[in-house]
Amino acid sequence: MAADTATTRTTAGARTPRQAPAMELAELIADRQTRIVVCCGAGGVGKTTTSAALGLAAAEAGRTVVVLTIDPARRLAQSLGLTELDNEPRKVDVPGAPGELHAMMLDMKRTFDEIVTAHSTPERAQQILDNPFYQALSSSFAGTQEYMAMEKLGQLRASDQWDLIIVDTPPSRSALDFLDAPNRMGRFLDGTMIRLLMAPSRAGFKFASAGFLLFSRIVSKILGGQLLRDISAFVSALDTMFGGFRERATATFELLRRPGTWFVVVAAPEPDALREASYFVDRLSAEGMPLAGLVVNRTHPPATTALSATRAEGAAEEVAESGDDGAALAAAALRVHAERMQLATREQHLADRFTSAHPDVALRTVPAAAGDVHDLEGLRAMAAALTGPDHDTPTGTPRTRVLPARRG
Amino acid sequence: MPPELTPARLHVVTGKGGTGKTTVAAALALALAADGRSVLLVETEGRQGIAQLFDTPPLPYEERRVAVARGGGEVKALAIDVEEALLDYLDMFYNLRRAGRALRKMGAVDFATAIAPGLRDVLITGKIKEAVTRRQDGRQVYDAVVVDAPPTGRITRFLGVTGEMSQLARSGPIKTQSDGVMAVLRSPQTAVHLVTLLEDMPVQETADAIAELQAAGLPLGSVVVNMAAEPVLPPDALDRAVAGELTGADLAPALGAVHLPGAEQLADALVAEVVEHARRWAAQDALRARVEELGRPTVEIPLLPGPMDLGCLFELAGRLEEHLPAAVAR
Repeated sequence: MAADTATTRTTAGARTPRQAPAMELAELIADRQTRIVVCCGAGGVGKTTTSAALGLAAAEAGRTVVVLTIDPARRLAQSLGLTELDNEPRKVDVPGAPGELHAMMLDMKRTFDEIVTAHSTPERAQQILDNPFYQALSSSFAGTQEYMAMEKLGQLRASDQWDLIIVDTPPSRSALDFLDAPNRMGRFLDGTMIRLLMAPSRAGFKFASAGFLLFSRIVSKILGGQLLRDISAFVSALDTMFGGFRERATATFELLRRPGTWFVVVAAPEPDALREASYFVDRLSAEGMPLAGLVVNRTHPPATTALSATRAEGAAEEVAESGDDGAALAAAALRVHAERMQLATREQHLADRFTSAHPDVALRTVPAAAGDVHDLEGLRAMAAALTGPDHDTPTGTPRTRVLPARRG
Repeated sequence: MPPELTPARLHVVTGKGGTGKTTVAAALALALAADGRSVLLVETEGRQGIAQLFDTPPLPYEERRVAVARGGGEVKALAIDVEEALLDYLDMFYNLRRAGRALRKMGAVDFATAIAPGLRDVLITGKIKEAVTRRQDGRQVYDAVVVDAPPTGRITRFLGVTGEMSQLARSGPIKTQSDGVMAVLRSPQTAVHLVTLLEDMPVQETADAIAELQAAGLPLGSVVVNMAAEPVLPPDALDRAVAGELTGADLAPALGAVHLPGAEQLADALVAEVVEHARRWAAQDALRARVEELGRPTVEIPLLPGPMDLGCLFELAGRLEEHLPAAVAR
């Protein structure tokens, strides 16, 4: 019995790890049914460049595409060689592309101001715009950025001027914030709590209990009376403007669930970024939102896998000892290869761990460029790595992997 | 008592996402704890990154020892939980802890942090200030406090939010509290360190953050260049590789001499890797000049092979320990 278990275990252990399905982004962006692609992931993994590269590939596949970026570091602007992006999409000159590429950077305050102006009389709008609480809310508080990103996405989709929208999500602490913040904010602005707090008598709620009165006293203690008065004025002005802050957030959220929307999760081959990607993948599946797959960005595949790290180290010593002409250079080259193999092995190991937890999630690795990606040429190279066919690579290693699967 | 490494007691560590600021914050805490000092390492973003680095279970909202340093020094860690911090706050200022707990059940605490989302940052910076100024038996409890702060894109807002709050709340208790926090953050007791990589965008963001922090009157510390790679090639070979003058023929004879199979193909592949290595190194090296132009004391810490563990942290801490007195001398 015990022996049986042991055998089973050994067999299971020796089995080659599951292979991740290949992600076919070329098909996805060329497909006219695809209307929205959301790139998400932890900060610093290359979401913005990925969005821009996908946008470029889509324009070259004949789509009329707009890339919405939210990052305050103006990275997309740099990537596209644009010096200034405002709150409106600007056309990016892509010589020879059958489609069109537009890019814009979200200005959250301006987007918020525009909503207020569009849905109110001029006097009312001015009242809101002048309110100190509104000014703080619209320009500097966490969550506003995600909320306005959703709002802008909704606007772009409604204008029907583009047949594909690619969204780069805000650089938040957690990738999940993009999904959660708009709803949280909508709930807050439309919330019964805030109404209760501002005008318990007017609202006619029967449960303005002792507990609640205590709460409202504490809030006013913590925040100070002036702030509460500002909030109150803001909410009542908002009330007369339009009721549906929450509905707007919900509608855009629903847009993300409709057919034609795809999520691309981006991660660097590092434990933190992949853990974050894991959370996000689970969440998307719980929300019933369609996942195109995981991009493992900035991998370091070696130019040859014929020589393992250990053998390269050994050969480097042997070459160095020989002392022949060019020995120092050859030994150094072998050491460069040994380091590269070690790094690639670690990256492949991390990708394998992700795949064993999420065997159905399609995957694509994108090798790191030698320098920063900051021009169309660099974006084009990245687009090729993102959308190229899985098996057609110079080394023969499929693009799903950093290193080839072990044989046998 | 050995001389102080630095006059700053509150070290705020920020950096672009992916630059390794949590690792640098942890190493800095170890460096400051050497020679019997007591250091608190604070996590602000609820990721439990510190617990992972020190290989301990997730940190509660409680100061817990995570490492011991040379000469009986110690590092304690604290992951700030915003709800708990609010309850603390209610207790401290209004003696309302019990009422606070009841409110939490009603979802009111969630509501209060949502009503003014900046309240989160206010509570976190408030807690940090409390740790920095805490005294027991007539002396400071912590010799230094190191904060694993939000990324560069958010750092000025994070540190300045209390100031913003104090404008928003023109009177009342929050105003008094905010002014106290800002007084510490703007004093020479504080140093904001920026972690960067030798890559275009992190260096750019570091430059932007320095300008913003300066404009907000927040005191700057050092620039920490993380994961700086050392070139494997001899200098002349580096130059040739960057210029694209290296070919397989330069390597093939030496490789053939040690009987490596397929020496010619191998040589071509190795050249491709060597050229990439050299170009990456050259691109990094070019950025050193830009980091220099930032005009801050700078320290480079190397990219260590293998996974990050406590041994690696101590190695990085050693580099920072050498740097700190030099940074002060400047």
